[in-house]
Amino acid sequence: MPSLSELYQELILEHNRSPRNFREMPEADARAEGNNPLCGDQVRVFIRLNGETIEDVSFQGSGCAISRASASLMTGAVKGKTREQAAALFERFHGLVTGAVPATEAASLGKLAAFAGVAEFPIRVKCASLPWHTLRAALATEQS
Amino acid sequence: MTATAAPVINVERLRQDFPILGERVRGRPLVYLDNAATSQKPRAVIEAVSRFYAADNANVHRGVHTLSERATVAYEGVRERVARFLNAASPREIVFTRGTTEAINLVAHSWGASALRPRDEILVTAMEHHSNLVPWQLLAERAGAVVRAVPITDAGELDLDAFERLLTERTRLLAVTHLSNALGTVNPVRELVARAAARGVVTLIDGAQSVPHLAVDVRALGCDFFAFSGHKVYGPTGVGVLYGREALLERMPPWQGGGDMIETVTLEGSTYAPPPARFEAGTPMIAQVIGLGAALEYLEAVGRAATGAWEEELLARATEQVGALDGVRLIGTAREKSSVLSFVMDGVHPHDIGAVLDDEGVAVRAGHHCAQPVMRRFGVPATVRASFAFYNTHEEVTALVRGLRRVRTIFS
Repeated sequence: MPSLSELYQELILEHNRSPRNFREMPEADARAEGNNPLCGDQVRVFIRLNGETIEDVSFQGSGCAISRASASLMTGAVKGKTREQAAALFERFHGLVTGAVPATEAASLGKLAAFAGVAEFPIRVKCASLPWHTLRAALATEQS
Repeated sequence: MTATAAPVINVERLRQDFPILGERVRGRPLVYLDNAATSQKPRAVIEAVSRFYAADNANVHRGVHTLSERATVAYEGVRERVARFLNAASPREIVFTRGTTEAINLVAHSWGASALRPRDEILVTAMEHHSNLVPWQLLAERAGAVVRAVPITDAGELDLDAFERLLTERTRLLAVTHLSNALGTVNPVRELVARAAARGVVTLIDGAQSVPHLAVDVRALGCDFFAFSGHKVYGPTGVGVLYGREALLERMPPWQGGGDMIETVTLEGSTYAPPPARFEAGTPMIAQVIGLGAALEYLEAVGRAATGAWEEELLARATEQVGALDGVRLIGTAREKSSVLSFVMDGVHPHDIGAVLDDEGVAVRAGHHCAQPVMRRFGVPATVRASFAFYNTHEEVTALVRGLRRVRTIFS
């Protein structure tokens, strides 16, 4: 049986308490808003780009510990990455939280590996992936 | 709690009637506090549905054969039972639907088809479930009408002065919930209906939450329409009831066409059956209707006064104990409440609370409860909702409180 402490790992609880890059970004090149109508979670992601590179990224919004910590850790993980690298990271992160990628192979995801426990709680997959979907939407608006 | 003369119920014995209450969740006994979402089913209901399929199954209103006759008698018998249960004047005032949502949509389509002119007003309240709001918004769009909402106070009560102001010569319909699913507020529906009816306004009461907990007498309430769902009152999913005053139903056009709702059909046109058949196109949810009949029979046998008194005690105890916890804010503190305790905790999202409680075997709802305007009114994205039924116990309230203390430990 999946235990609650696998879901609420210390790193997740810590980022929920003090989320990083939790701020508006008036000078953002791109932004998007993501909603989970099922639970009312809402996140806004802001990006500043330098060519293909995500130079700065931040977020605002309200949501559960999983979605908030996911947004916080996401901003740390994609800052300085190219669009392409960020998209690839989302692929692997999504695989991890949906259980498609075994937790044993999660090490390459660095801190994001803390979300491996989400795979045992299917209804929380949306919480963990909402910030990433929103990031992708923001990148898409900038491109268009 | 003041002492009441209401007969007491033997909760431990009644719990034996509900097989699911013996389940374990995550290694602990199930503590089911999500009754406002759906109630659990007594064996009497499960067996009535299963017995129908095993022994009586046939379509209704069709065959001359014995089984069809039996199914029809059982189905129509439930209509009579529901009419008595609501104190309707006649079984002809009882229409079976898929649930409260469909019942309200039926009125919005059928009554709404000819009742509204542009700029007419539909009056709802700011505490409606989406099912008693969105159908009226859709109708308003079709008819060029306007939906207005009675605001709610900080305690979660209707602002009655505003109600008076909003009831105008343009108002054609008042649609109001009897018992708020998100706040637990019991609205003074009798008074609201009386004031609306005095101005010739048609009235609809959403009774999805009230029917399981409060005795309902539609004639005493004076409403034109009353809707409720089977699954919240210990019956099966997929069945609900629309009560409509006969004179009104008779004037209303069909809303869905098909078998069972016609009188004669030619290729050129058709004439329609009188109510309630006019509103029950197609093969109905026969087994579910029979299950609903068993549920109402069960509830009446247990005794409505007794279940109501026990639920009141559970809510009072939970309100006191949960309200006393550090950092808890109760959402909905109306003077008249029933069965629902909504709250938020400082710094912890309701979903996380729900997940921790689930780990303790405690099932609650965490979310916006299909009442987003209510969440907005109180400035919260969501709440945790514990909702009680007569089979809940003091020990289960204690389990809820214990779970909330653990939430504090994890998220401090």
